[in-house]
Amino acid sequence: MSKDSNFDRYRRRFLGGAATTIAGMSLAPGILLQSIGHAKPADEAVSSDVRWGMLIDSNKCASGCNDCVQACNDEHGLTGFGRPKTDSQWIRKATLKDKQTGYTQTLPLLCQHCEKPPCVDVCPTGASFQRKDGIVLVDKHICIGCRYCMMACPYKARSFVHEDLHDQKPWSPRGKGTVESCTFCVHRVDNDRTPACVEACTAENHNAMVFGDMNDPDSELSRQLGKYHSRQIRADLELNTGVRYRGI
Amino acid sequence: MKQVDFREIEGGRPFYLLLGCIGLFVLAGLGSAYYMEHNGHWVTGMSNQIVWGTPHVFAVFLIVAASGALNTASISSVFGKIPYKPLARLSGLLAITLLVGGLSILVLDLGRPDRLIIAMTYYNFKSIFAWNIFLYVGFMAVVAIYLWMMMERKMNRFTRPAGFVAFIWRLVLTTGTGSIFGFLVARQPYDTALLAPMFIIMSFAFGLAILILVLMASYKWSNRPLGDAILFRLKNLLGVFIGAVLYFVIVYHLTNLYITEQHGVERFILLDGGIYTQLFWGMQILLGSLVPLALLYGPTGKSRGWIGIASMLVIVGGLAQVYVIIIGGQAYPLELFPDKYVTSTFFDGMINSYAPSLPEVILGLGGVAIALAATLVGVRVLRFLPISLADDQVDPHSSSGEVKATA
Repeated sequence: MSKDSNFDRYRRRFLGGAATTIAGMSLAPGILLQSIGHAKPADEAVSSDVRWGMLIDSNKCASGCNDCVQACNDEHGLTGFGRPKTDSQWIRKATLKDKQTGYTQTLPLLCQHCEKPPCVDVCPTGASFQRKDGIVLVDKHICIGCRYCMMACPYKARSFVHEDLHDQKPWSPRGKGTVESCTFCVHRVDNDRTPACVEACTAENHNAMVFGDMNDPDSELSRQLGKYHSRQIRADLELNTGVRYRGI
Repeated sequence: MKQVDFREIEGGRPFYLLLGCIGLFVLAGLGSAYYMEHNGHWVTGMSNQIVWGTPHVFAVFLIVAASGALNTASISSVFGKIPYKPLARLSGLLAITLLVGGLSILVLDLGRPDRLIIAMTYYNFKSIFAWNIFLYVGFMAVVAIYLWMMMERKMNRFTRPAGFVAFIWRLVLTTGTGSIFGFLVARQPYDTALLAPMFIIMSFAFGLAILILVLMASYKWSNRPLGDAILFRLKNLLGVFIGAVLYFVIVYHLTNLYITEQHGVERFILLDGGIYTQLFWGMQILLGSLVPLALLYGPTGKSRGWIGIASMLVIVGGLAQVYVIIIGGQAYPLELFPDKYVTSTFFDGMINSYAPSLPEVILGLGGVAIALAATLVGVRVLRFLPISLADDQVDPHSSSGEVKATA
């Protein structure tokens, strides 16, 4: 055994250790990011471990307040053309009056992000689709504008783009001649933020809208859903909606 | 039965004049489609509430009528009724041309008609619409093969099996068309399996009415003899079909009238729906069903003029029926909260208003024109029409008097 071979052994051990350290340094931030953050890296597929949902408390929804609608319009650039029958509306405030008692209440109506969405079933090209995390979207590239999804949606949640669009928001692409609806602000959700409507409602301190992961038992949404009675609109259709309501 | 001789119709000035007139409607329809697509659909009567408008009424009517137009051929090939055999070729031709007309309207009314290739290459097989794309294209192929078997002497022995396939296909196709509405669970006027067979029986009536009119017009204009025997058979059959449609309409409404939650929509269509109630009672039931029944089975049933008028009324009544189904069905609001009155900026809880715009009507008529132009060119270039449909040619064993008494 010579002096040279001992030197070689030390050199190999040093190089091996250095390589491990460098590899560890480069991988660690990614590992840390995944373990402590909620945001999904752009190159990671959406997972069905998450199901995004919303709870709307009609008792807290203020009559005359339109903040959620305005926030949605601002966020997605839904500028009207002064033609209410053809202008897009992704979220709207509805006033409900009981036929027997006259009790009146208001609530926002939007895409209910059904677990079994009829719009996805009927779409001939597959443009209406559902992400694994439950968000129902329209692929504007393969929507042919047949409007069958609008016929099928029980909630009247979809709009058809009836005219030319200008000044679109880059995070919310739209297209004349295609169908669109609430995206649950997927561009925000994927960056660990809440939808614009929820943010606006909370900012006004009404707190009538709670957004979160229905599959996560520790989320505020799940906690409230577990604690209070809530309902789905048209529960008889058994679509298992992602949007639930209190007070109706 | 004598050998039936078929011949192309004469060309010449009257032919090109007629084709030119029809062509103008085709051009106007295409112009309308361009106007609607260029400006966007806000220039039509359609909206986010009434998403399918007058073009769909024409399109669905033509598509339904297309499968019904094939009936005469099926009666001859599948059920072996010899007197209908001379009409089988025209029946097959109309089945294809009416379908082409109807589909043209549907495609031209899409929000993105330029994406037709996507509709042909991206499929969601859970969608009845996607199935229908196959059913429609397949129907044209199946009927084209059926026509080939009929028109090519060497292939005549395959006429019966080809006719059988076409017959089954047409039943499936109209089931598919009816199911476009029947599968819509959320809308109260639809959401019933009854719509599929009702559309089939509607197709029998609409298709036959069109065939009778095309037959009478083409024989009159080409100066070929058309005997009473075949015409009286057809008009008696039309009467049966009108009665069958009425039966389905009655069962549909009776069932709904029994179900409390459907009372609102029934009241809307039958009693206080304005234009839809008027169209239902005035056009669909009275002018489109009862009057033609009286005309066809009463003393007027022996007059060609009245048979023609009765057939036209069936078409007008049929368009009214499809209008009430498609547009009336959307005008009635979705019931999100059955125990509440609902109002919103998005017209929740309201009867939705709709008025057909001129471009929509012209696009619809353009589709009819496409069907007529294709039929006219078809009978000009190929042998679809028998030289004679005189009584002795059609059914020598049965005088027209016998037909009248027994059919």
